[in-house]
Amino acid sequence: MLAPTAALGQKGAASARDGSMEKFTRLSGVAAPMPLVNIDTDMIIPKQFLKTIKRTGLGANLFDEMRFDRDGNEIEDFVLNRPAYREARILVAGDNFGCGSSREHAPWALLDFGIRCVISTSFADIFYNNCFKNGILPIKLPKEQVDALMEDAERGSNARMTVDLEEQTITGSDGETFGFEIDPFRKHCLLNGLDDIGLTVETAAMSIDAYEAKAAERRPWL
Amino acid sequence: MTAPRTLYDKIWDDHVAHEAEDGTCRLYIDRHLVHEVTSPQAFEGLRLAGRKVRAPEKTVAVPDHNVPTDPTRLEGIKDEQSRIQVEALRQNAKEFGIELYDIDDDRQGIVHIIGPEQGWTQPGMTIVCGDSHTATHGAFGALAHGIGTSEVEHVLATQTLIQKKSKNMLVEVDGDLAPGVTAKDITLSIIGKTGTAGGTGHVIEYAGSAIRNLTMEGRMTVCNMAIEGGARAGLVAPDAKTIEYVKGRPNAPKGGQWELAVTCWNTLQSDEGAHYDQVVRMDAAEIPPVVTWGTSPEDVLPITDEVPDPETFEGGKIEAARRSLAYMGLTPGQKLNEIEIDTVFIGSCTNGRIEDLREVAKIMEGRKVRDGLRAMIVPGSGLVRLQAEEEGIAQRLQEAGFEWRMAGCSMCLGMNPDQLSPGERCASTSNRNFEGRQGYKGRTHLMSPAMAAAAAVTGRLTDVRDLM
Repeated sequence: MLAPTAALGQKGAASARDGSMEKFTRLSGVAAPMPLVNIDTDMIIPKQFLKTIKRTGLGANLFDEMRFDRDGNEIEDFVLNRPAYREARILVAGDNFGCGSSREHAPWALLDFGIRCVISTSFADIFYNNCFKNGILPIKLPKEQVDALMEDAERGSNARMTVDLEEQTITGSDGETFGFEIDPFRKHCLLNGLDDIGLTVETAAMSIDAYEAKAAERRPWL
Repeated sequence: MTAPRTLYDKIWDDHVAHEAEDGTCRLYIDRHLVHEVTSPQAFEGLRLAGRKVRAPEKTVAVPDHNVPTDPTRLEGIKDEQSRIQVEALRQNAKEFGIELYDIDDDRQGIVHIIGPEQGWTQPGMTIVCGDSHTATHGAFGALAHGIGTSEVEHVLATQTLIQKKSKNMLVEVDGDLAPGVTAKDITLSIIGKTGTAGGTGHVIEYAGSAIRNLTMEGRMTVCNMAIEGGARAGLVAPDAKTIEYVKGRPNAPKGGQWELAVTCWNTLQSDEGAHYDQVVRMDAAEIPPVVTWGTSPEDVLPITDEVPDPETFEGGKIEAARRSLAYMGLTPGQKLNEIEIDTVFIGSCTNGRIEDLREVAKIMEGRKVRDGLRAMIVPGSGLVRLQAEEEGIAQRLQEAGFEWRMAGCSMCLGMNPDQLSPGERCASTSNRNFEGRQGYKGRTHLMSPAMAAAAAVTGRLTDVRDLM
């Protein structure tokens, strides 16, 4: 089980890139509400922080321009600056979360801050994909359910939710439970912290060799 | 007999190297474009795991995102972090045997401009890059999309990408464009209609006579912004124009190989009766010159319109529009063509090609950039820059008051020193008007190169038709 403290203690563990990523099994923690629609990856991690050649350390600048003023002071009413949400592990967000740039720095920043799960009605495709590569679980739910969880999240530090990947459920602070869908392959990889490259080499190397040989005959100009 | 297939279906089928029982596929990647910002962690991953690049000959590297655009960059990049990133790309290209177009090479430029320019981009290919605007290459009938850094590493190591098939979406634009209306107006108008999530989970095929009639440059502009409509990839079926564009480029097939390739490329159209999960139709004649007013690319309106009232929207968009107007410093009812600007940016992978610069030159003929404006042209590649210089465009535009820069992504995302200051308002030919995109608290209005030129003349958002 991933207790919030454990998640905190392992900040950025998946970033070490030792050939595996941190498993995601069960997550229990505070959920922060971000009802704004179309939150883009430029908001999640502004460009000036993309000049790093590392995956770690980006949590300090997560949502930088919404979270801090120009002098680096916290903007008081930004959700993650409010005392109740400073250790949020889950985000409940408006439609089309993660749109825009393909920067994987966005999930790296979320992970480094301690966010392991984002719940929304919809996600931009590239961001959605990038989450799974980093042990973050993005959950798509119908609007009524996101609205209910958003309301739950508004309750501050009392808004503890539990996400169980094996069971594919989210349980709100009042015990109400919602089921969610997830691609079985992605679920398997998250539950076991599997590295995609290792998997591909293991399962598909011969097929790739064969494909290349066939393609060289069919499309020799490539 | 097989069922009728779309162009996307055909390219997909041609590239499945491995399919697992649950339908997860390893899609073979024909070309992998790499730049300095989203690749260092991927190369580091390879090193840590002791892996090699599987197909270095199918991989090309170029620094573009954070490179300065003033000529002094050749004496060394001053920003330490940018310098380190560019140096890392150089070292990684060398270590892993990948061709690199360095910053002192005329062929250097924005990755999505040099791919087609150097003939790396060809019909029927799968192309990926750690950049969402990889959709640009779809203009050639190539399945091209942006990927994250973990996927960059996966492609470097295995030359495949783990994928599930997307849905098919058809956007058909028929009829003739009115004077003053360009490819940028088409692509922005589509996003205005479908929204930034309208294409999520889909690959868009752009079709119809208005798309056919576009030049390759125009088609690239349209496909480039497929991602702003939520689609990872946009496609235009290849035709004689496509083949003519590719012919003779440095990395295009040669001799007998060329004939074989063309025969194959001529089969790359969607079959009659192929199924699309979503269809959008537009009449080209009804598309006006447009601009964006807000902080999402879907915030598109005709230049003749007014700033909208957030209360006229629905759901979460009401709050988003309120926030946008506060950020943009605009009030409902304000006429768009009265909004004064401080800066004009012409460039980016959306509109940094030679045709775009010619458009600007045409509007600027006999005119000057309005006093007090900052106006900057950043050619998409060193070769576009040279061509514009040979055609005399560069000189004329400089005389008109534009700064003439070296190639790079520049103020499209402001990773280099080309940035907006807080409150500075920009008429921009780029692709994103997100908060802070072009600089902290900077205000971006997206538009075509012709419209940006018109704004440069008057100092406010302007209907280019008034200057024609």
